[in-house]
Amino acid sequence: MGEYFAGWFPAGWEFLGYTLAALIQAVLLVHVIALGAFVFIWAERKVSGRIQDRLGPTRTGGAFGWLQSLADGIKLLSKEDLMPKDADPILFRLAPYVSFAASFAAFMALPFAFDWVALHLNVGLFFLIAVLGLEVFGVILAGYSSGSKWSLFGAMRQAAQVVSYEVPLGICVVVPLMICGTMDLVAIGEQQRGLFTNWLIFHDPFIFVAFWVYFTCAVASVNRAPFDLAEAESELVAGFLTEYSGIRWSLFFMAEYGSMILVSALAAILFFGGWNGPLPVFSGLMDLAPNYLGNCWWFGTLANLFGVLNLLIKASIGVIAMMWVRWTFPRLRVDQVITMCLKYCVPIAAVCLLGVLCWTALGVPFFNDLLPSQDRSLVREGWVRDAEKRAAKRIEQMEANAKQGSQGDVE
Amino acid sequence: MNLLGAAIDATINWHSVMFYVTSLIACGFALVVLLTNNIVRMAFALIVSLSAISGLLFLAGAYFVGTMQLMIYVGGTVVLLIFGVMLTAQKAFITMRTSAGDWLLGLLVGGTFLAVLVQLAFSIPQWESSSYQAKSDQELTAYVAELEQEIQSGKTLSQDQRQKLVQLEVEATQGEPQRTGEIGLALVGLRPDKDPQQSEGLSGYLLPFEIVSVHLLVVLVGAAYLARARRQQG
Repeated sequence: MGEYFAGWFPAGWEFLGYTLAALIQAVLLVHVIALGAFVFIWAERKVSGRIQDRLGPTRTGGAFGWLQSLADGIKLLSKEDLMPKDADPILFRLAPYVSFAASFAAFMALPFAFDWVALHLNVGLFFLIAVLGLEVFGVILAGYSSGSKWSLFGAMRQAAQVVSYEVPLGICVVVPLMICGTMDLVAIGEQQRGLFTNWLIFHDPFIFVAFWVYFTCAVASVNRAPFDLAEAESELVAGFLTEYSGIRWSLFFMAEYGSMILVSALAAILFFGGWNGPLPVFSGLMDLAPNYLGNCWWFGTLANLFGVLNLLIKASIGVIAMMWVRWTFPRLRVDQVITMCLKYCVPIAAVCLLGVLCWTALGVPFFNDLLPSQDRSLVREGWVRDAEKRAAKRIEQMEANAKQGSQGDVE
Repeated sequence: MNLLGAAIDATINWHSVMFYVTSLIACGFALVVLLTNNIVRMAFALIVSLSAISGLLFLAGAYFVGTMQLMIYVGGTVVLLIFGVMLTAQKAFITMRTSAGDWLLGLLVGGTFLAVLVQLAFSIPQWESSSYQAKSDQELTAYVAELEQEIQSGKTLSQDQRQKLVQLEVEATQGEPQRTGEIGLALVGLRPDKDPQQSEGLSGYLLPFEIVSVHLLVVLVGAAYLARARRQQG
């Protein structure tokens, strides 16, 4: 993208193009979180209304109350920004930003379609997991700097929960990584191209179990019910958020919704084929007219746009499942939360890891191999693929040059 | 306008600008760690400083090490530090007072360490310039010129030559990819990046890795023992 915009500017001013590209990417990423929160806060009210047999918002902005989030936002913006007398003023003000920045930074390495990623890392998955663990800082800082016992205990419960759930989450993430053999999220998504049976969740029974463990741990690590005892607003006075109001309070919730979208999108990429639809429509079209469509700039863009749509739909399904879980299950006690993690999630995840290891090491056939549509070995890491394209172009040009040169000699 | 553009191009390398900004953040917050008295603020400044260092590693193209820095130092160690502060705090906010003797000792140890590190850094010639990118670009153009000559003399390219071109393209655009696997192999004693004939004696990082692991294990056992002993007394 940077190279494209750099072409717009005269020589010496290319950096403006790169700056423009960076700004566009940053604005797009902020809007994934902001618009996502906008939509999902409304959806949460509707879903919870349906589950509890009521209507939810109905009036703001028409029949479905779809402007309810905007009304909420205006209300939160106009609230007074309170700070307790005993609070540490600097840290109290900074904590929401730390939380939000951690959630936002993780989106940098998340691919939305083939090669549509702000920062293409060959360790993208590892980076995401590392950044996801940083969110606990905002919580600890908020709880500690509030100068309130409720906040302090809420923060400690939350920190204990997030730190302990990182262990099974990490193990579950290693399972698809082991099958794909790369930490590059673009490559992991690309390896699941083709029919939906190529999605890693259908790879073998162990990874199917690993997905459910991953989802449980993801719900716990983004601090949603039934694992939301850290903020349990009805029983424990909202935990680390007790002293926050207005826009700072809403920043924490923006971060929470951002993380929900992030873990759902990660689940979609790791287990549900990422940006690949259930049917290989675009690669089928490509097979029909490779010479024409392969040279069309709009074809790849169109395919990627549909890929983004696919990924967002899958991520939304994940987020709505989290809401469904929230309004269905009772909240767990702190000892139940830790028991769930250490006695159930960790052993099951470890067994899945070993199971997939044996499954692939013993060469048991999996569904993907039975399908003729894909040649798995052909799918390589994105960088090499790009380089191959460029090298081919270079060779073509060299040959053309050589031809011209030889003709010139003849004449 | 073109002249001004050329002047900017000549003077400003935006990669360097980002490097200076990030390193300024890292050093500035490191100073805050030194100068503030409040322990939790210190921990916060430490987080920012360590994150900025991981940003420096990202700028240098060492994605794996940068992520490791985030995971281990920012995500793990500092959380533990804050936990320790929270569990041992008697008042709401602990302040730390350092005596003149502590300052002296700290300056002595830190200054010695800094002197050693600076000398070490300047003793390695490759680190004095960032010519890595330029070198890989040069390699690529040289190889392309070589191939062009071959084509013009009427030969067709072999598969190996194409492979090498692809490899050079990857290196020129993305730095050296797939280092993660090599780091893993080096940790267990294999150095795929070195010529096996040339390396003498111990190769790889197996011994330091093993020592660090055993050290961590001892620390863990000791921590568990201390925690248990205290509970029995209470």
